[in-house]
Amino acid sequence: MKFSIPVPASGSALVRSRGFWLSVLLLALLLAFGVIVARSGPLAPTRVTVAKVGEGAITPALFGIGTIEARRAYLIGPTTAGRVLRVLVDVGDRVKAGQLLAEMDPVDLDERITALDASLARAGNAVTASEAQRRDAEARNQLAGINARRYKDLGDKKFVSSSAVEAKLQEEISARAGLNAAEANLSAARQDTLRLGAERDGLRQQRGNVRLLAPSDGVITARDAEPGSTVVAGQAVLRLIEPASLWVKTRFDQGRSAGLALGLPAEIALRSDPARALSGKVVRVDLLSDSVTEERIAQIAFDTLPEGISLGELAEVTLKLPTIEAKFLVPNASIKRRGEQVGVWVHRSGAAHFVVVKPGKASLGGQVEIVDGLGEGDQVIVHSEREITADSRLKVVESLAGAGK
Amino acid sequence: MINLAGRDILHSWGKFAFTGIGLGLLIGATLTMAGVYRGMVDDAKVLLTNSGADLWVVQKDTLGPYAESSSLHDDVYRSILGMPGVAQAANVTYLTMQVRRGDNDVRAMVVGFEPGQPGEPGYLTAGRQITRSHYEAVADVKTGFQLGERIKIRRHEYTVVGLTRRMVSSGGDPMVFIPLKDAQEAQFLKDNDAILNERARTAANPGLNRPGVPGLLEAIQASQASNRNVNAVLVRVRDGETPDEVAAGIRRWKHLQAYTRAQMEEILVAKLIATSAKQIGMFLVILAIVSAAIVAFIIYTMTLGKIREIAVLKLIGTRSRTIAGMILQQALGLGLIGFVVGKIAATFWAPAFPKYVLLETGDALRGFIAVMLICALASTLAIRAALRVDPATAIGG
Repeated sequence: MKFSIPVPASGSALVRSRGFWLSVLLLALLLAFGVIVARSGPLAPTRVTVAKVGEGAITPALFGIGTIEARRAYLIGPTTAGRVLRVLVDVGDRVKAGQLLAEMDPVDLDERITALDASLARAGNAVTASEAQRRDAEARNQLAGINARRYKDLGDKKFVSSSAVEAKLQEEISARAGLNAAEANLSAARQDTLRLGAERDGLRQQRGNVRLLAPSDGVITARDAEPGSTVVAGQAVLRLIEPASLWVKTRFDQGRSAGLALGLPAEIALRSDPARALSGKVVRVDLLSDSVTEERIAQIAFDTLPEGISLGELAEVTLKLPTIEAKFLVPNASIKRRGEQVGVWVHRSGAAHFVVVKPGKASLGGQVEIVDGLGEGDQVIVHSEREITADSRLKVVESLAGAGK
Repeated sequence: MINLAGRDILHSWGKFAFTGIGLGLLIGATLTMAGVYRGMVDDAKVLLTNSGADLWVVQKDTLGPYAESSSLHDDVYRSILGMPGVAQAANVTYLTMQVRRGDNDVRAMVVGFEPGQPGEPGYLTAGRQITRSHYEAVADVKTGFQLGERIKIRRHEYTVVGLTRRMVSSGGDPMVFIPLKDAQEAQFLKDNDAILNERARTAANPGLNRPGVPGLLEAIQASQASNRNVNAVLVRVRDGETPDEVAAGIRRWKHLQAYTRAQMEEILVAKLIATSAKQIGMFLVILAIVSAAIVAFIIYTMTLGKIREIAVLKLIGTRSRTIAGMILQQALGLGLIGFVVGKIAATFWAPAFPKYVLLETGDALRGFIAVMLICALASTLAIRAALRVDPATAIGG
């Protein structure tokens, strides 16, 4: 049985060329399909990058952030509640030790001193009076003694009656008692003077205490109260810091603070000028660590204090620990956790093998020392497109998408 | 014997090829729609896989941290570490926000994690993991960030040190990983104006700003500005322990909610993305029905267009089986070309979608079988029409 579908007149040559083009089209389609099946879906290999385990030196470093604080800061305020009379300095002023910074209102202190001065003068007069009385009593006493002796002689010779002698003897005793009393009065008057003098000195000191003086050379950082305002005992009127004592109170994550020690060199980047690296060193490692934030605290002093820094400014601190030589170094992106195990995927003859390793020190640049688990010449898988399993098909490439800059 | 179908295709191959390609694009759209649906579900699952956790411990009576907001104190993890069967427990925060780069911003889910703990990105495609405890970030490539670039989250600038892939939130937003403490701050830190307002408001409260108590106001303001909360604690159980038992212990004794992987998947797939997935699924069903109808009509009309030639064939005594075979082969060929074109097209345009489109091989196989079945079914309609044709039409016109 033979038949033909009606075709245009040009005949079989055209049909052949059509057949040719159709097969080209079909072939291209099939090719594209094949490529797609191979490149995507379950048959596609996982693209990875590998790195040879290297020998080298790493500089472990600690990174923390802190704020600039003054090692010595003073809160200057009155010791008793009172009203501020005058404030002589303002924020930013440099002051010398002992300089008068502010004064509290003394209220009645001056008047009380004047009153005490008057009392003292009066007490001085009282001493003079007592002195005179004592001299008078002494004279009476002497006279009474002479009289008594005389009457006693006369009595012995029976010229006067014994009652007259007794009267004179009694006079002598009274005169001595009068002298004693006068001496005691004088002593009391002197003590009174002393007491008033001490009281006056005390008041003068209180008067001096309302004057707020600078305890040390420094710069005023805050003026918290203005004249006329009332402050309680211990409240600050002014705040003063020693600018030479500025340091960075830095907090280091406890989990990454191993090696934190006194004297470590530090690199400090201030938020105001992050590009400029300032040098410093650890001058104190606090014994108390913050248990809430799980951070350790260390104080970093500047080698040379930069100009124009402000207290409370945020600073990033990098501490360089001593460089160590490591036999096996891998990038930290290669370290993986499977369940409780820590390991790396080693690329061996086209397949991935999970090798449990013991990581050691690490640098901030992302290099990790492997203490145990890897051998000479091993290649570890660093980057991968997806999670790797033991039966992943791998394709090693130079870099994966997005590596960019 | 000459292949009738082949000869016919050769006769009008242009028409045939373009019909096939058109059909292919339609099938491609259907496959893509299936891919969009699968991608949504996969986004939710990949979020769970990437966190590397066996258990999610969240605030009691919440479906956190993905489906609902949850807030825990950040020292809760210590007491969880003490529970039997717990190998690792780590704080984690999640916050979807705009991350600024230069003048534009990218919507991203910012994840605060602790290095070496669950929640860390499992694999990188470039760069390194975070080594500093502050101001470094690992970003998903979908964010468009480059290595070494500076990005801004709230008030701090972060350096992108690593890139990763397929780390997305359940909504498909790419993730940006930053150290936990920074993330805690970013989550709760307000802008400067708000902070100043808050300070002024506190200072205006006579109960908090008492003249006789110096330092009280400062203490209150300091306590307002700090944050000690996280969204969830990710727990990895010891090898050999069952997550369900460990979760039950945490639920009972710690008065927290703990979800296992299966429960979390249920929450994400059945609750969080349920409506939007159903929406896409509904559309997929309609698209599949429409595609099937179009394929059927194309084959039917193609046969009707050849009704004259078929009449001639019948006239010269061609057997019905041969004619039916021709129509069936053509229909299947059309389906095959359509499927291949569709698959290629879908694979090519899938990466251009803003959200993940997952073209599963299983879906492709099911699609292939469906296309072939529909073509076969449609051809029976056409065959019926062809066989009923009167040979006289060949002459009569």
